[in-house]
Amino acid sequence: MNKLDIKKKIDVEEILNDLENYHPRRKGWTWREKVEGGYKVEKFHFKEMSKPLANSVPLPAAKYFNNIDPQPMPVITTEIASGRFEDDIRRMRMAAWHGADHIMVIRTTGQSHIDGLLEGTPEGVGGVPITRKQIRASRKACDLIEDEVGRKINFHSYVSGVAGPEVAVLFAEEGINGAHQDPQYNVLYRNVNMYRSFTDAASAKKVMADAGIFQIDGAHNANATAKEGWSVMPELLVQHGLNCAFSVKVGMPKSQIGLSTVPPCAPPSPKIWYDLPYAVALRDIFSEFKFRAQQNTRYIESDIEEATRTHCIDTMISALTSADIQSTITPDEGRNVPWHYNNIRGIETAKQTLVALDGFKQLVKLDRDGPLGEMVRDIKERAICFLEEMAETGGYFAAVEKGFFVDSAKYPDRNGDGIARDGKGGVGAGSIVERDADYMAPVCSVFGHNQLPAGLKKPCDPIKGCTLCDPTKIAYIDEIDQTDNCNLRLQKTVEYRKGKMIKPEAEWAGDGTVLIQLFVPEALEVAGVAAMEIAKKMGLKDPEVINTQVMHPSEGTFVEVKGKVDFAIDRTTLKIPPKEEMLSEEEIRAGIKKIGLKVVAGTVGEDEHSVGLREILDIKHGGIEKYGVKYHYLGTSVPVGKMVDAAIETGADAILISTIISHNDVHRKNMRKLDELCREKGIRDKVMIMCGGTQVTRDIAKECGMDDGFGRGTKGIHVVNSMVKILKAKKRV
Amino acid sequence: MSEERIKKFEARRQQLRKMSDEQLKERFWELCNQMVEPMVEYGRKYTSMSIERSVLLRMGIDSVTSQGVVSRVNEAGLLGKGAGHVVLKLSQKLGVDLREAAKRINEDKNALQGLF
Repeated sequence: MNKLDIKKKIDVEEILNDLENYHPRRKGWTWREKVEGGYKVEKFHFKEMSKPLANSVPLPAAKYFNNIDPQPMPVITTEIASGRFEDDIRRMRMAAWHGADHIMVIRTTGQSHIDGLLEGTPEGVGGVPITRKQIRASRKACDLIEDEVGRKINFHSYVSGVAGPEVAVLFAEEGINGAHQDPQYNVLYRNVNMYRSFTDAASAKKVMADAGIFQIDGAHNANATAKEGWSVMPELLVQHGLNCAFSVKVGMPKSQIGLSTVPPCAPPSPKIWYDLPYAVALRDIFSEFKFRAQQNTRYIESDIEEATRTHCIDTMISALTSADIQSTITPDEGRNVPWHYNNIRGIETAKQTLVALDGFKQLVKLDRDGPLGEMVRDIKERAICFLEEMAETGGYFAAVEKGFFVDSAKYPDRNGDGIARDGKGGVGAGSIVERDADYMAPVCSVFGHNQLPAGLKKPCDPIKGCTLCDPTKIAYIDEIDQTDNCNLRLQKTVEYRKGKMIKPEAEWAGDGTVLIQLFVPEALEVAGVAAMEIAKKMGLKDPEVINTQVMHPSEGTFVEVKGKVDFAIDRTTLKIPPKEEMLSEEEIRAGIKKIGLKVVAGTVGEDEHSVGLREILDIKHGGIEKYGVKYHYLGTSVPVGKMVDAAIETGADAILISTIISHNDVHRKNMRKLDELCREKGIRDKVMIMCGGTQVTRDIAKECGMDDGFGRGTKGIHVVNSMVKILKAKKRV
Repeated sequence: MSEERIKKFEARRQQLRKMSDEQLKERFWELCNQMVEPMVEYGRKYTSMSIERSVLLRMGIDSVTSQGVVSRVNEAGLLGKGAGHVVLKLSQKLGVDLREAAKRINEDKNALQGLF
């Protein structure tokens, strides 16, 4: 398989085929390409957009803007890691179509404590076990997906834990484009011994630097861990600074180093008073580095809408300051491992906000003379004082032992809840060994002392080329565990992926997961229990309330329940309505001209809506007039009888009625009445009758005696197409 | 102690007040660079089992074999020589390729004797 077919699902088995011989076609990170001079499309001139995609799904409202899909300058990240890479690959394709070009794969729980590489494709928990086979298959899929959408995709995972150097080499060999690497993360959050962590990190970073792997640090975890995420801002500058300085000293170019930064606060606080000065302070101090702006996770609850609103504001802060990468948090992260469509929602939140705020800084300027300037300065001064106290204490290692980091108070205050680590303790304590004078590593990308023979062109000359120079030397392991691998999993889901069975899914093929949303007119305590009973009666298996929101303490509660269906639908039993075949414009015009097609039109009943019908009629909106139809428009709230009389008087070939109001099925009643009146007057055979409206469908209209019916999104051409087709069937044209 | 820390903080801050934004930035980076120098020194002078396995990977030896080889090299007290160095030297001594040399280390407990 060397090209995807838009009309077909990606074939995972095909990707796994011949995987042992796959090597990445490029290495390193790719930024979006800017459209110089701004992006002009339709009636708009965007100031800072990147090149559009060859294939994409635009925002829902794009249909009113001729389906434009402008792509902002920042790379957009989505995190996809359901535990089964074979299902993640399908989600990556959907994400790329919506505008993601940085796909991050979170590792399975506990992988950072595994001293060595994993192999094969075991199933993960809360992430994917990162193995050569898994990332190779994913990178191979990304090649196909990026060709389909017409933009390079950066594939990303984590170089942390006690196997950092090996993971870095694995990533360099397999063309992974970006990775998290921050030794402080290992020390603080994974309790890896601090000396081991930094020794390993130097080696890992050197490999990453040479392979062009973009580095993202781990400082944002302090926001997510501290009780008050916004109080640790001075410390965050320090953490970013240490990882940046360390990386540069190891040989990583500044352009390859990204700060992972999160607006630390969230409503109902006055978020902007914390997040904006912080964002500005960071961008001042770290002006030579790149910014990966993340969205807030610390204060994300189970309410998807609340998360989305906070994330819009986070993204606005990126637009007000800067972001090279705009990362997204799936809005369902507070309730479950992300579902397919919530990755898409997250991506769209970023895209929609950034598109809306295109060129924002040409319109508004930050006022640094006021409180903003003072607050920015305050953060910087506290960060420097933090560093000075560290120096006084005896340096980084001593400061960590004393619990300087992740204390929830605002520096210099201390709550005493910081994370302290013992230099002699932690995972891998005592495991580093001093290199002898004759230490040698005959491979490329080695950091530190390396006593190679004199006169070499490349460090790997003694072994006639390392895997970084000659990928055919890479030792590929397929599977180790014959009871836990993707081949077994794929067999179980083949009928849903390639067969005729259809089952809804949230994460994995055939998982059957569905979500129901209901308003229960009861207090919270009752509503959740009632919702569970309702879900059970609806036949859902393993129902679970995943979100509740009080509408009023006694009037009622909004409840969301997830569950599973244990049935599948056979595709071959479905009656799919055939897609309307459109006549050519010439055929339509010729037919209309032949009989000089005339219609009468109006909104019937007690209904004052006129816009929809006018758009169907008027030449200005591409209405039926454009195709040569003569129309007589009777206005709004027209009695049905008057429509029929007008048709007789003018000798019309068709009556077009519009009915928007549908209370008590009044739309159906009006349609039936029109049909009956036409029959009474003896004109039903000669006159076509059609109805349009937001609640009208072809089936409803036909059921009520119409020749055709039209719902939302109808254009004039659909109506003339239908009329000419009927005339053709009657052999009148 | 706490009061003393706050006092020191206020004193430090007084010094910083006199600085321009550009000077603050310089001071920040000066301190960061000073702070990470000992960590970089560890990276230059030390190695670990993971670093050594990462060298063997680059030599075309698979992860499972590398795991065993580095353990053996460590047990033999030769990690400071570099596991890649050990494998290369053994392959030269035995006249076999690198993968075969790595295999021998795992299979033969005495393979590393007298190598250095």
